[in-house]
Amino acid sequence: MSFPVPEITDVNRPYWDGLAAGELRYQHCKCCGNNWLPAREHCPQCLSADREWRPSSGKGTILSWVVYRHAYAPHLADRLPYDVTAVELDEGARLLTNIVNGDEGRKLSVGARVELCIENEEGVSLPRFKLTDPK
Amino acid sequence: MRGKVSITGVGHTTWGKHPGRDRVALIVEAAAKAIADAGLEKDEIDAVLVKQPNSAPGILYGQKVAEALGLRPTIGLNLDQGGAACTSLLQYGSLAIEAGMIKNALIVYGDTPRTGSRAALHRPRGDDAIMGWYSVAAGYAMIHQAYQQRYSSAPEEFGIFAVQMRANGAENPNAHLRSPLTMDEYLAGGKLIDPLRKDDFCLVSDGAAAIVIGATADARDRSRAVPLLGMGQGQESWEVHLRPDILRTKAEDSANMAFKMAGIDRKDLSFAQIYDCFTVTVLQTLEDYGLAPRGTAGKKALAEGIGLDGWLPLNTSGGLLSESGTPGLQLIIEGVRQMRGEATLQVKDPRFGLITNQGGTMHTHATIIVGQPS
Repeated sequence: MSFPVPEITDVNRPYWDGLAAGELRYQHCKCCGNNWLPAREHCPQCLSADREWRPSSGKGTILSWVVYRHAYAPHLADRLPYDVTAVELDEGARLLTNIVNGDEGRKLSVGARVELCIENEEGVSLPRFKLTDPK
Repeated sequence: MRGKVSITGVGHTTWGKHPGRDRVALIVEAAAKAIADAGLEKDEIDAVLVKQPNSAPGILYGQKVAEALGLRPTIGLNLDQGGAACTSLLQYGSLAIEAGMIKNALIVYGDTPRTGSRAALHRPRGDDAIMGWYSVAAGYAMIHQAYQQRYSSAPEEFGIFAVQMRANGAENPNAHLRSPLTMDEYLAGGKLIDPLRKDDFCLVSDGAAAIVIGATADARDRSRAVPLLGMGQGQESWEVHLRPDILRTKAEDSANMAFKMAGIDRKDLSFAQIYDCFTVTVLQTLEDYGLAPRGTAGKKALAEGIGLDGWLPLNTSGGLLSESGTPGLQLIIEGVRQMRGEATLQVKDPRFGLITNQGGTMHTHATIIVGQPS
């Protein structure tokens, strides 16, 4: 099985625990106020280690996307075609995700509003999104 | 700095497939040609600067290459900076020459991703792989999508670069891919990752290339020593989706530094050899460099041409899209051929040439501007 199970560390555990509990969390710097993903020990803006996890509203906006028509690993073959979409959360943190109702990318557009829609795959809760207003 | 260091020798293996060949042996073959082209003896090389081979990164790789060359150089190293590495190595070598630490630096690359492993090109991308985020190409597809969305660009605006590079490669007897491409064929090309079409991808090629640099004043044949007039770098570093603007990188800073050092304007360029790992990279680079307004590089190329008689002759030996899918040295070598008057598709009396290298998914960037031999 080629499914890339994430390597859980002390730093990113709250992220994956949060998804399992039904919420998407991002990191917040208590020193400069910066919000970010993926998990890091230090704020990449001010380098402070004084950080905390916060729950996201789960709402965000599409920045760009691609649609795979080729499986680069065996486990992906059944998903074809599938999108990988860059989303900016309203809180400012960004992540790569999949849009569950994007109609193989045809309904996606830059700036489209999306909301969290957690799905389970191979025992891992994944932060997927759905278009708020699919046209 | 300006003009004190020159590219004095160039050499490369054939491009394409080298089944069973050892990467280091390919490097030695290219290096021997470059050293001979510079009119030097092997032992006059006192820096061996190696770009890491992506298909087989190794520990102390620079030393392995130096050993195969039978050298104990003053400076020896292996740099991981993706496709910008060869131009960056040229720059560091020139600084060491100017500082008096060394006299002649050899910059080399060799790899066999065509007949060997392409795992580096198809690799899972960190923790995001769980979402299906694989391959080098996907990052460029993300940028290509953002570009065509922002500027409402037509596919032909990307296709023109593939079509012209393939036309140039068809004229190059040493090119890996010598079949020309029509716009209709480009548009009909299959898709691996939308919105990229088949011919938006560069080649994957086996091969090795080498250049030698040294003080211009010490060149054995000044008439073939191509002076380095300007250089610059800018490292975006951040992953594509984390950049403040997906369509901006530090390439702009790299260009500004190089043009300022060279003391020339954009309009003074006779040609450009632009890193064309994907067609969108060429559009982005032309726009980051101020050679075309944002969102217009493809329109300008379609309207004014990018062949020998066009607005700006680009990638005159075919670039990564047609000559060789190797990371960057072939673009420097073509720049040298142009300035020496030895190119197959020769620009008439070139005065200044631009060469760009970049790596990762526009994570790294380096620029040089070369001038006429004296």
